[in-house]
Amino acid sequence: MAQTLALPLGRATREAYGDALLVLGTVNPDVVVIDADLAKSTFSWTFGKQFPDRFFNIGIQEANMVGVASGLASSGKIPFISSFAAFVLCKGFDQLRMGAAYPRLNVKVAGSHGGISIGEDGVSQQSVEDVALACALPGFVVCVPADEHAMRAAVHAAAAHDGPVYLRLGRPKAPIVHEPAVPFAFGKAIQLRDGDALTIVANGLLVSEALLAAEELSAHGIEARVLDMHTVKPLDREAIARAARETEALVVAEEHLHHGGLGSAVAQAASLAAPVPIEYVDLGDQYAESGKPGDLMKKYGMTAAAIVAAAQRVIARR
Amino acid sequence: MTAAPAAVSVAELEEIARTLRCHVLRMIAAANSGHPGGSLSATEIVCALYFGGVLRHDPAQPLWPDRDRFILSKGHGVPVLYAALAERGYFDVEELWTLRQIDSRMQGHPVQGVTPGIEASTGSLGQGLSIGIGHALAARLDGRDYHTFVLMGDGECQEGQVWEAAMTAGNYRLGSLTAIVDANKFQLDGPVDAINSLAPLDAKFAAFGWRVIEVDGHDIAAVVDALQQARAGTDAPTCIIAHTVKGKGVSFMEHNNEFHGKAPTAEQLAAALESLS
Repeated sequence: MAQTLALPLGRATREAYGDALLVLGTVNPDVVVIDADLAKSTFSWTFGKQFPDRFFNIGIQEANMVGVASGLASSGKIPFISSFAAFVLCKGFDQLRMGAAYPRLNVKVAGSHGGISIGEDGVSQQSVEDVALACALPGFVVCVPADEHAMRAAVHAAAAHDGPVYLRLGRPKAPIVHEPAVPFAFGKAIQLRDGDALTIVANGLLVSEALLAAEELSAHGIEARVLDMHTVKPLDREAIARAARETEALVVAEEHLHHGGLGSAVAQAASLAAPVPIEYVDLGDQYAESGKPGDLMKKYGMTAAAIVAAAQRVIARR
Repeated sequence: MTAAPAAVSVAELEEIARTLRCHVLRMIAAANSGHPGGSLSATEIVCALYFGGVLRHDPAQPLWPDRDRFILSKGHGVPVLYAALAERGYFDVEELWTLRQIDSRMQGHPVQGVTPGIEASTGSLGQGLSIGIGHALAARLDGRDYHTFVLMGDGECQEGQVWEAAMTAGNYRLGSLTAIVDANKFQLDGPVDAINSLAPLDAKFAAFGWRVIEVDGHDIAAVVDALQQARAGTDAPTCIIAHTVKGKGVSFMEHNNEFHGKAPTAEQLAAALESLS
């Protein structure tokens, strides 16, 4: 499809996570970082090199890592713990439930390699249920930043927030969709484009796809509002209510299973505020496979073209 | 600041242990639900910590930063901890009789941030030792000299996370961390050795870099001594394996796994209190 929009590739959000930890370590002596033998992949090693006394590579034991973070937080530290999202959420879930969510402790969880865009390593490393799991934990902030600027802002917001936070990090270089000084707050959507025909609500890598889709739709006379809904919980219900009332159709796009992610959250919010037709762009109810990231996103239908098609369907249902 | 309360005599400690046992039985009977066996096996351990001059704590300041931490990882044994906290003045003894009732702070398993003196939310076994490591690392980072004690069950040591934590504490040389294993030899479904044996438990902890002390978990003087040795610290974490009897102190509950998670009837309560008096 014809694309005139230029979205330069920035750093991967996992790299931006490391950048931000480095700054945090300098300004906040209570920040402690733990990794489970993936520090070079999650970029927590950026912090570890600079602050070895406050960095613990605990080895391949995610459950223990979460428990240790619980104790550190109980004694006044601000632990940031990282691993692949698939491992820390799935293997550490009970520990997150008992040791972070239930006592509402100041534990910050960074799950890297979110989604299928990690590519060749395949399903075991592709986290596609992490947002649903994190959203299920009472009191957790759940955030999926779209680019390096949003990720840096999200890390600082996580440190400033009193309570548990889940941040999803991505492996590939992410297109830049925000200004360096992006106005960022948990629970506050960022409108990147306005339109009256529908609203595309996206997070993570799908935000850039949403912008490309909006450009394509505009060429056909359809103007779409685009919201970066980086925070899945607490959701910006106001932005969803306004979008539903003002544009009367929604497309939700995310790199996640169909159930329990951004699509479910948006549908719940819209059903309360202003029920309108909604279409979904996501992985569905299945796992993916090995392959090149771009090929996978195309095969499993999480592209600008898929968003355009969903937009046409939802407008037809209005 | 309050230091460890002055040690009391062995006879006084034994009397306090009897009081704690009576509280446990009354609480569980009032709730008509709970786990008597694992509270009764851990009574001398908890009594020694809170009344034997071991823990440095201040009931008026449950979150005093320099307090020793006590984490009950075997959360189902919480009645004996509530009893000790009440007798130490963290809350009124009368509150004990609300165990497991709606709107009570005496939740069925420990809840951090709800009940004064409770350091961790437990009840899903295997998690307390990891949390203890976090406290011990925070002490090291902050240059504080508090000690962290974690009480586990022997059956609980079947959980893999216990050994993740044991490996980590050993490698980090966390001398300010002590694990106490209430080795009452039973788990819910039967004898630990018959279900999935942990033997040799002492050699396992030693192999993970721990100093191991074995003690008769109902000889309160010996338990106090073992805890004092642990608290004095070395450059390695300490594991105290306390050999205990499930249901200790109540003849018809001792070695009777039926009382793992069953409340005594009114008649059984009366008989039990009579035998403890």
